Amino acid sequence: MTAQGVKSSYWTGVRDGAPFLLVIVPFAMLFGVLATEAGLNPAEALAFSVVVIAGAAQFTALQLLQDHAPILVVLASSLAVNLRMAMYSASLTPHLGHLPLWQRGVAAYFLVDQTYALAVIKYEKEPQLSRAEKFAYFVGTLTPICPFWYVFTVVGALVGATIPPEWGLDFAMPIAFIAMIGPALRTGAHMTAALVASVAALTFAFLPYNLGLLISAGLGMAAGAEVERRVGAA
Amino acid sequence: MIDRGDLWIVIVALGLGSFALRFVFLGLVGDRPMPAWLMRHLRYTAVAVLPALVIPLVVWPSATDGETDPVRLAAATVTLAASYFLRNVIVAMLLGGLVLAGGGYWLG
Repeated sequence: MTAQGVKSSYWTGVRDGAPFLLVIVPFAMLFGVLATEAGLNPAEALAFSVVVIAGAAQFTALQLLQDHAPILVVLASSLAVNLRMAMYSASLTPHLGHLPLWQRGVAAYFLVDQTYALAVIKYEKEPQLSRAEKFAYFVGTLTPICPFWYVFTVVGALVGATIPPEWGLDFAMPIAFIAMIGPALRTGAHMTAALVASVAALTFAFLPYNLGLLISAGLGMAAGAEVERRVGAA
Repeated sequence: MIDRGDLWIVIVALGLGSFALRFVFLGLVGDRPMPAWLMRHLRYTAVAVLPALVIPLVVWPSATDGETDPVRLAAATVTLAASYFLRNVIVAMLLGGLVLAGGGYWLG
């Protein structure tokens, strides 16, 4: 482990994370815009983004708050959307679990879809990286992502409702997530997992409180794991 | 209008809950080895959760009140194909965005 390796891992992370600015900026602005429309002021929108720092859960909570759903339903649904974070946490544990507690705390707070996706792919490809290099890479990936999530939430809140709906900003998140799926479909097991999860998500979409998402993710993971167990392909 | 008390309860509780979910394994399990069956399942987290999260949004977009929209469907298909074959996230997103913008322009 060298200081140079740590530094270069950090900058590799920054470089890998930078393209996600194109997603984070419109997505954060969209949250700011929708928060304003829901009656939140820019400070409240910013608090949402800083404290929760999870796009899909923020949108879910905002929607349900507007619908005047009971607080417990708002929390249960939004946390269900974020259950995947626990899976992210578990899957990064073999790589980051032996870091000092404060670094694990930092990694946990900044564990979002984009930083997770970049980190897990990097760690699988280059398992020889030292723990310091792995942490530096993670901090690198969040540098061009998380601060901009905060800043552009405020920009969106200030811009307010002036963005025309024809821009299709609503579809920025699906496009971003889909773009992340393709490269992850490395084996038949991965494809089976994705296919089973997709079919299940459409089948169970009628279930309330995002239960469909949880069930589908569980089924997809089980399908992938089963294919791997039979074929032996990791 | 959203009640201010409700809003702050949700922001704080959701923040704490989300952090707890993110911290649970990283912080509490630490470097103890994880069982093989668990790791085998966790390898497929991303490829299971992301499609499950995204496909209802593609098929029933909220912006059209849940009505299937050929432009968004085409944009999603192009993005997936591009990201799979080119293995390039950003190019895939740009192509998907182009289809979305172009389709919206020609059909909208």
